[in-house]
Amino acid sequence: MAWVWFHRFGSPPHFYRLATRLAPWFGWPAALLCLGGLIGGLALAPPDYQQGDGFRIIYVHAPAAWLSLMVYVVMASAAAVGLIWRMTVAYAVAASCAVIGASFTAVALATGMLWGRPMWGTYWEWDPRLTSELLLLFLYLGYMGLRNAIDDTGRADRASAVLAIVGVVNVPIIHYSVIWWNSLHQAPSVMKFGQPTMPAAMLVPLLLMLAGFSAYFVALLLTRARGELLRRERNARWMAEALDGAAAGKR
Amino acid sequence: MLKFLQMGGYARYVWPCYALTAAVVGLNIHWARRSLRAAQREARRRLAALRAAS
Repeated sequence: MAWVWFHRFGSPPHFYRLATRLAPWFGWPAALLCLGGLIGGLALAPPDYQQGDGFRIIYVHAPAAWLSLMVYVVMASAAAVGLIWRMTVAYAVAASCAVIGASFTAVALATGMLWGRPMWGTYWEWDPRLTSELLLLFLYLGYMGLRNAIDDTGRADRASAVLAIVGVVNVPIIHYSVIWWNSLHQAPSVMKFGQPTMPAAMLVPLLLMLAGFSAYFVALLLTRARGELLRRERNARWMAEALDGAAAGKR
Repeated sequence: MLKFLQMGGYARYVWPCYALTAAVVGLNIHWARRSLRAAQREARRRLAALRAAS
């Protein structure tokens, strides 16, 4: 049963059709969730008792940082599946992740710097959390650079997959850096066991933003993966089918 | 309204964060669509070449 699902999911025409149909079902809810999160975070949540209104940076900083890690895990997992089962769909998914992940890692770093300046008194410190997140940006850039340097898509897929898988050790280092070492950065307030250390009026908008950004990422990924699949395709019949669907207005 | 925009004195840190994030969210939508369209154009070219060859 599971294998039937696995094979169907791994079939490029099936995935392409599914991705076309599903993308709006993630994109529009993402917009609504983020709208709710923005209203709640900017207008309804009370100011923090220490940071005043400055804490509202969390509603963009935390979702960006969350994406930077989640996208990497998706990229490395897809790359591993591609490498093990030689699955084209998995490689297409992995290749779709890099630009999204790199851009949100940059956002997490930049918004963190803008938050650090008023609260810590400095834009940057060679702190474990900040340094490991910067390393994540370099991993994404290295992955993209490696792919660009190899003309053959199949070889680029395999070589970059190894890099993505090796780099995954950095993900738990980033997450636990604030616990393992003394860090300027605060400890997790949502992603931890037990009660979140935030009142509901602050927490709910944050959860909406996190859900919204996740759904937004899925919509982007589905759109990009369709393109990556077409780039890898040699079968004329389903290519024609997929492109005719596009011409008929189904995008 | 003015009070909201001032963000309790943190306006010059808060609003650039939101502006940057909004820009990257928008850019990623644009890049994803552009990447898909480019792949479709390229696939159409290859398909035409395949059909011409057969």
